[in-house]
Amino acid sequence: MAAMTDGKSDTKGLSPLALVGHALPWIIAIVYYFMAQGYLTFGTNIMIWMLFAISLDLVLGYAGIVTLGHSAFFGIGAYAAGIFSIHVSGDPILGHLVAIVLSGIFGLISGAMILHTSGVTFLMLTLAIVSVVFEWANKAKWLTGGDDGLQGMRVDPLFGIWPFNIFGTTAYLYTLAVLFIWFLIAWRLVQSPFGRSLDGIRQNPRRMRAIGTPVWWRLVAIYAISGAMAGSAGALSAHSTRFVGLETLSLLTAGIVTVVLILGGTRRLYGAFVGAIVYFVVQDWTAKQNPHLSEAIIGVMLIATVLFLEGGLMDLGRVGRRLLGRKPTDAA
Amino acid sequence: MQHYAYYAATILLDGVSYGMILFIISVGLTVTMGLMRVVNLAHGSFAMVGGYIAGYFTQRGINFYVALVAATIIPGILGGITEATLIRPLYRKGELAQVLLTIGVVFVATSAVSYLFGAFPYPVQFPDYLTRPVDIGFRTYSGYRLFIIIVGAIIAAVLWYVIENSLFGARLRAAVDNGRMARAVGMNVSVLFTTTFVIGCGLAGLGGAIGAGILSPEPSYALKYVVLFLVVVIVGGEGSFKGSFVAAMALGIIDTAGKYFYTEAAAYLLYAAVFVLLLWRPQGLLPPKSVA
Repeated sequence: MAAMTDGKSDTKGLSPLALVGHALPWIIAIVYYFMAQGYLTFGTNIMIWMLFAISLDLVLGYAGIVTLGHSAFFGIGAYAAGIFSIHVSGDPILGHLVAIVLSGIFGLISGAMILHTSGVTFLMLTLAIVSVVFEWANKAKWLTGGDDGLQGMRVDPLFGIWPFNIFGTTAYLYTLAVLFIWFLIAWRLVQSPFGRSLDGIRQNPRRMRAIGTPVWWRLVAIYAISGAMAGSAGALSAHSTRFVGLETLSLLTAGIVTVVLILGGTRRLYGAFVGAIVYFVVQDWTAKQNPHLSEAIIGVMLIATVLFLEGGLMDLGRVGRRLLGRKPTDAA
Repeated sequence: MQHYAYYAATILLDGVSYGMILFIISVGLTVTMGLMRVVNLAHGSFAMVGGYIAGYFTQRGINFYVALVAATIIPGILGGITEATLIRPLYRKGELAQVLLTIGVVFVATSAVSYLFGAFPYPVQFPDYLTRPVDIGFRTYSGYRLFIIIVGAIIAAVLWYVIENSLFGARLRAAVDNGRMARAVGMNVSVLFTTTFVIGCGLAGLGGAIGAGILSPEPSYALKYVVLFLVVVIVGGEGSFKGSFVAAMALGIIDTAGKYFYTEAAAYLLYAAVFVLLLWRPQGLLPPKSVA
């Protein structure tokens, strides 16, 4: 909590140590690029899920909107990028922008329709939306390929220079750049007065309304921004794999991104980084041991996080310090 | 004219039998969500376990009705264990924690059944006389679906009688309408909750077992159909027994009619209808008094 209230100090100037801390994930990502050339596809996938989880953090963590329909945006972004590349142009940047705009508009419209409700009703409405989109994409074979997925995507070289090759080098660096841009946007956003007001809305929407905050508009705005961001993650996934499957729209996808975020910890943006790495490394490892077990392990991790570690893995340090009898310092 | 009546009867019977399955599985969820406002996405897992148990027993030649009893009792016991260990700490936490933890349970259940029984659909062997068509006067009709309708009607009647006329039912209604007041006059609402949770999971198991011919047991069952069960609960109104019956029947008939007339669009029209309905009546069709 205190990490939220003293957020101002983050914008004024960072101590050298904090600066190193903030640079660390990006340094690791670049080192990974040179050290793990054989596993770039794996790394790209993790970064796509980081972006997806950050987008969920904005609505679920900061604004307190409990949704299970976030895969709708991811899937719409992925299909938009894929269909655009087949029928219009193979330019990845152009397709990416189209995906962002479309999923953002979808977020704006669907958010405006459902954000006056709350609790279980809202949860059901998000489930209904993602089910409608999923079933529609399943039936609209002429556009989406239905069950077989979208095939025949054409992805031109990035800026006409770097082709998306089988080693995944371009896809990796491209994803890293997009993630970095979105991270900066999200970082600015949550520290802006707008982001602060979302924090207030999460804690007490009635009081926020009483002091004159346009609660509904703020929620719709963050829902649309988050939708655009999730759609961007979907577009990255479409371009890097040249394939869009129906499962991008499924409830399981929405479940996984929630697991990723919760494992890492909400309301700190970096939680998405930790969660995505832990989730995919564990999933990759258990799938090699026994394919049936991977889901069980994820389930157990989720249950344990909810019961014992409310702040996610990013909170381990604080919990540890508390166990050792020291005061938590909130150096988030 | 007779032609239309024939179609209408088919849709009605198919829809009602489907609705009965949805009702048997969801009724427990309705009551527990009304009592404690715990969002339970794991409910479908208990129905799935019921289906697998019935499949396991009947495939080994054990009597169908013995299998049904086992498919009711074992999910009931599992439900009791889940409630005591996992759901109870959730009462005071928010919806998010409830959603997450129960999704975790779904993941564990899904991988447990795929580990034990494989990734493919796992059929229940129904007795021969249920698989044969039965003459019902103006036409023949699936004996299996008639069986579902009869069982569903009996369960609904018994539950209705218990909820309306017994002391337990009176307590239940009071606690759903106003939990705080019920506690204040000395009722033990948590015991009431545990009891209904166990009964609800048992009924879900039974519904999963006898409904296996319509919603076939497979590892993805728990996640695939939970939206459907939640729709019954939310559309009917949380905590509303009658509401969930009406919602289940409506859902069954609408979905069946949709599949007959608009095969292409049926699946998403159903969810679109739910979407519109929830925007129109966020508290559901027949919410309990205190909520309305």
